[in-house]
Amino acid sequence: MASTTDESSRILHEIETLKSAKFDLERRISALESQLHNLNQPHNNGVSNASSTSPSTFPHALSPDMIYRYSRHLLLPSFGVQGQLRLSKSSILVVGAGGLGSPALLYLAASGVGRLGIVDHDVVELNNMHRQIIHTEAYIGQSKVESAAATCRSINSTVQIVEHKEALRTSNALEIFSKYDIIVDATDNAPSRYMISDCCVVMGKPLVSGAALGLEGQLTVYNYNGGPCYRCLFPTPPPTTACQRCADSGVLGVVPGIIGCLQALEAIKIASAVGDPLSGRMLLFDALAARIRIVKIRGRSVQCEVCGENSEFKAAQFQEFDYEKFTQTPLSTSPLKLKLLEPNSRISAKEYRDRLRSGEPHVLVDVRPEHHFKIVSLPNSLNVPLASLEGRVEEVVWALKEKEENKQNDDVKVYVVCRRGNDSQRAVKYLQEKGYPSAKDIIGGLEGWAQEVDPTFPSY
Amino acid sequence: MDMTLILDFKCSGGLELLCNSVKIHNVSIDPENGVGKFIMKDLLSWVRSNLIKERPEMFMKGDTVRPGVLVLVNDCDWELSGQLDTTLEEKDVVVFISTLHGG
Repeated sequence: MASTTDESSRILHEIETLKSAKFDLERRISALESQLHNLNQPHNNGVSNASSTSPSTFPHALSPDMIYRYSRHLLLPSFGVQGQLRLSKSSILVVGAGGLGSPALLYLAASGVGRLGIVDHDVVELNNMHRQIIHTEAYIGQSKVESAAATCRSINSTVQIVEHKEALRTSNALEIFSKYDIIVDATDNAPSRYMISDCCVVMGKPLVSGAALGLEGQLTVYNYNGGPCYRCLFPTPPPTTACQRCADSGVLGVVPGIIGCLQALEAIKIASAVGDPLSGRMLLFDALAARIRIVKIRGRSVQCEVCGENSEFKAAQFQEFDYEKFTQTPLSTSPLKLKLLEPNSRISAKEYRDRLRSGEPHVLVDVRPEHHFKIVSLPNSLNVPLASLEGRVEEVVWALKEKEENKQNDDVKVYVVCRRGNDSQRAVKYLQEKGYPSAKDIIGGLEGWAQEVDPTFPSY
Repeated sequence: MDMTLILDFKCSGGLELLCNSVKIHNVSIDPENGVGKFIMKDLLSWVRSNLIKERPEMFMKGDTVRPGVLVLVNDCDWELSGQLDTTLEEKDVVVFISTLHGG
């Protein structure tokens, strides 16, 4: 054991020595590069920046305003003038102005990126506000891109902000991406992630990819410096049941905030050519355990269908690829509307209200998970979550018997409700198979109830 | 020969729901073949029959993990150590991660 310890401390020491030598070399290279830059360009050729109109009296192209604004960046020996100049000449596209995109955009704008693009087709909603911190209440109901762009401009008017108020599709992705050096994936669904990665491979752009759900986050850089693309890691899409959404599973606001900040950091590192970007490695964040784990992932796969050696996947193939079909998931975030039941096994929220008013004896089963039921529920409903319905079907039977005895009526109906009207259909199907052919579900669930019957009923 | 694998059954995106919401499992496994060599393939079938309480299709497909699950052996992608043939040793840490898509 002792010899192993000796050996590791020797290796650690060597690594330290080499790192220090590397740092010295990089500093010398950087000094020489800037010397060369000044020799080649004796006159200020102007950074594409509104504030640098007067000829600079400095050996670099940073205006006095820029020197003052970014002084704390310039004071960093490992970043300095060279890093800031590179950043100011770079262009970064953030796809998605939501939980990840909000902090990423704030920091990218503040840091002085040359051109910053924002893609999103959505509007700001009240239930976004707890995590999408770039938007303010005044923008509820308005375009996320407009809202995010306004905030970015108010933070840094010298950055060129480009608004792309459209959903990213194979038909527009190539053109939009062509205007940027680095792409940040701040989207929330599997088809977009495959589409963005493939487009980055086709166009040879680095991709900073982040994801967050619940209390966990993941981050990595794809298609950069021999690292893998998204497809090298996930050649086959996951089953749709494994793709949870924040709107269904929930997310603690600060979790995407942290991942989005890290995305900005990785994009800044790539743009300024500073540090070691997170390529070939993946960061895994566990908020509950307060643990960050950085793991080594595979490199570029020679067999990869998109970035591999014999890949025929080019712009034309990209434009024809059907990402929704590939992942069995729609690109838009609109919730699923299943039709599992015959129309006579379903009633609308209004019909249910009428039956309630008429005093029809019935049992209302709410099949949402218990923590949903605790948020809000209809009066006199019985909570039996769909996942445990099979084991708890007797609770429904008892409730029915009790009603039948109380009302002296052996025709007590069963109605099933859930959040949006999908799980309720699954439950009714199960109940019908178990000998309750008259079970019916309420179309549109509690959302339908709020829309059609009681606008004061809380939505979530 | 007794072999203890510290199994950090770390799960994101819902994998922990398949084993009673327990995230970290400390398990002690005896290799069945008696030769002492224990590979990832053995571990997967052990996990499937001993830890997964529901919906095994959310964890496995065929004899490997389902698409979208990353497997890490001592913080390293199992693709780099031989996937199903990765030999496991005492005190190894194996992590299963379901990729996230949300944002």
